[in-house]
Amino acid sequence: MTPTDGEPLLQLRGVSKSFGAVHALQDVSLDIDAGQVTALAGDNGAGKSVLIKCIAGIHTPDTGEILWKGGRVHIRTPRDAAALGIETVHQDLALCDNLDIVQNMFLGRERLRWEFTLDEEAMEKSAAKTLHSLAVTTVRSVRQPVKSLSGGQRQSVAIAKAVLWNSELVIMDEPTAALGVAQTAMVLSLVRTLADRGLAVLLVSHNMNDVFQVADRIAVLRLGRLVDLRPTRESDPQIVVDLMTTGTSTRTPQPAAPEATA
Amino acid sequence: MTKVEEPGPSGEIDPDLAAEAAAETEVTDVPELEVQTLRDYAGVVWLRIRSGESGVLPVVGGLLVISALFQSLNSNFLSAGNLVNLLIQGAVYMLLAMGEVFALLLGEIDLSIGFVSGIGGIITAELIKQQYGWPWWAAIIVALVVCGAIGVLQGTIITRLGLPSFIVTLAGLLAWQGVMLLILGAGGSLPINDKVVNNIVGGNLTPAASWAVMIVIVAAVGAQIWLHESRRRSQGLVAPPAGVSALKIAGVAAAGVALVMVCNTNRGRLIPIRGMPWVVLVVIAVLGAWTFLLGRTKFGRYVYAIGGNAEAARRAGIKLARIRTLAFMLTSFTAGIAGIVYASRLQSVSTALDGGTLVLYAVAAAVIGGTSLFGGRGKAVHGVLGGLVIAAIDNGMSLQGYSAAAKYVVTALVLLAAVTIDSVVRRNSSV
Repeated sequence: MTPTDGEPLLQLRGVSKSFGAVHALQDVSLDIDAGQVTALAGDNGAGKSVLIKCIAGIHTPDTGEILWKGGRVHIRTPRDAAALGIETVHQDLALCDNLDIVQNMFLGRERLRWEFTLDEEAMEKSAAKTLHSLAVTTVRSVRQPVKSLSGGQRQSVAIAKAVLWNSELVIMDEPTAALGVAQTAMVLSLVRTLADRGLAVLLVSHNMNDVFQVADRIAVLRLGRLVDLRPTRESDPQIVVDLMTTGTSTRTPQPAAPEATA
Repeated sequence: MTKVEEPGPSGEIDPDLAAEAAAETEVTDVPELEVQTLRDYAGVVWLRIRSGESGVLPVVGGLLVISALFQSLNSNFLSAGNLVNLLIQGAVYMLLAMGEVFALLLGEIDLSIGFVSGIGGIITAELIKQQYGWPWWAAIIVALVVCGAIGVLQGTIITRLGLPSFIVTLAGLLAWQGVMLLILGAGGSLPINDKVVNNIVGGNLTPAASWAVMIVIVAAVGAQIWLHESRRRSQGLVAPPAGVSALKIAGVAAAGVALVMVCNTNRGRLIPIRGMPWVVLVVIAVLGAWTFLLGRTKFGRYVYAIGGNAEAARRAGIKLARIRTLAFMLTSFTAGIAGIVYASRLQSVSTALDGGTLVLYAVAAAVIGGTSLFGGRGKAVHGVLGGLVIAAIDNGMSLQGYSAAAKYVVTALVLLAAVTIDSVVRRNSSV
């Protein structure tokens, strides 16, 4: 755990969002610190996706404010989010199978030579460097088409893509869904690496194992409200499940999760 | 035929294979990779082929088989005169197919380009008519601009209204055919008397000029390959060894020399006819331009990205509607070029122009060449190679005296074979 001094990187204050009669988020206040993995847990329909979409600029909150490094910001588009340093790693649909790793990592933000032609060499070197720095070593070649990668490798590329842009907050939506055991371990260690490098990570996951393995803090959403936020070591999977389903828990944490050291 | 093998490597290998070859950067520290072995490079190339990126190998192989077959049946097939004839016959298909590649790359289709090309021909023919007396170049520019505008119109309807391109361009097919009939009148035809326009297909460069032009093209392509690959080598990225680069350039040069030698052989019966037809240069120019656009610019990258995964492209901040509309514009624009070439070949435009068959041949050519119908995979050179295959079948079977019926059936079988290869490759590669 690396709690940071001073103000949180991102603060949500009283954020609400409705879709017609559905109150997807109600008065959510949440701080996200640099160097920490904050897990966002919640049942289906609890508002996890809406919350991260509000941060990522896909939705705009109806009320409430978002503070970035202490200053109020309006994130209206994904571009706004990217400009601040917020990158989202989507569960799926985030990579183009027919493009190679370098092309995917720089998609939409290609480097140019003479303002006109693609600077493949510079992009390739940056991509290789980033992957190297994240210890993504199982990829045979950065010029390999993404379709030839395994699920874990693809997720690693997606994460590396987020890191490439000097992002400070990386939002991950179910990064280990549909991954095998070894692949999951690989992605989780990557998540940890990001936080240890001083990035803030907001991890949305259904998987309690994942959450307890890498998260520093766990926030629980239920029916659009933030019902709980506590350090991982003061929680256990059963408590989180209680919170997700009923909104409260009277249990005391069982120190049964040795992985939770993170 | 020779011609094709030349732009193939030039346009293709250069931005691609080399870039792809870049591959093995693994996790070795970049600047330390001073020495590149042939094995590294070969390994990367093999990796690409195994993952379904066999590139133009199948179609080039097919072309060789077809040539050998027809040559064994009729020794005239590979004669200089017939080869040049074949290039001329195939030029319209090649150009249309290169246009269609843009639509196919998006995972869309443009069925209107046959008649859009007719519109291009008509506008050119109309404007250079005596009564208007426009200079040929102005007429061509206007024709191409109008064709591009047609593409913008159709592309806008497709992207902004979210209608399927199949339907919108099918409507285009009908509408532009109607416009053609309207201008020409039923059974009408419009002769072209302008020398320059007719010479696009009918005229040749002098043998000396053919050599000069080919030397310039080979030098430009060779310089591209060399600069690109030596830059990669100097930056420590995986690149072919200098010997392989030199070999590639030698291949391009050999193809260029072969093409010029074929074109410069006398193919006239009564009076000598020598030199490269201008239309060959038109095809090479379009091939070069579109290869550059698709391989080296952001626009090209985005076209591939949209074809591969439109949602991912959207999330990457790519303006989908704009790129798609531009691609449809380029499809129609290229069709306009094809239409002018077609008009030049017939020295007239008439209602006999069968835009329906033309567009189907164009799609077939692109797919035979290696472009995927499912989007995301394809190159301008595929249009040229596929167009050559179709022209070769047509030409070879005509030499044997087969009927149109037989030609259609054989072309259909080749198309089926190509689509089968495409879908098998797809299945294997989506590991």
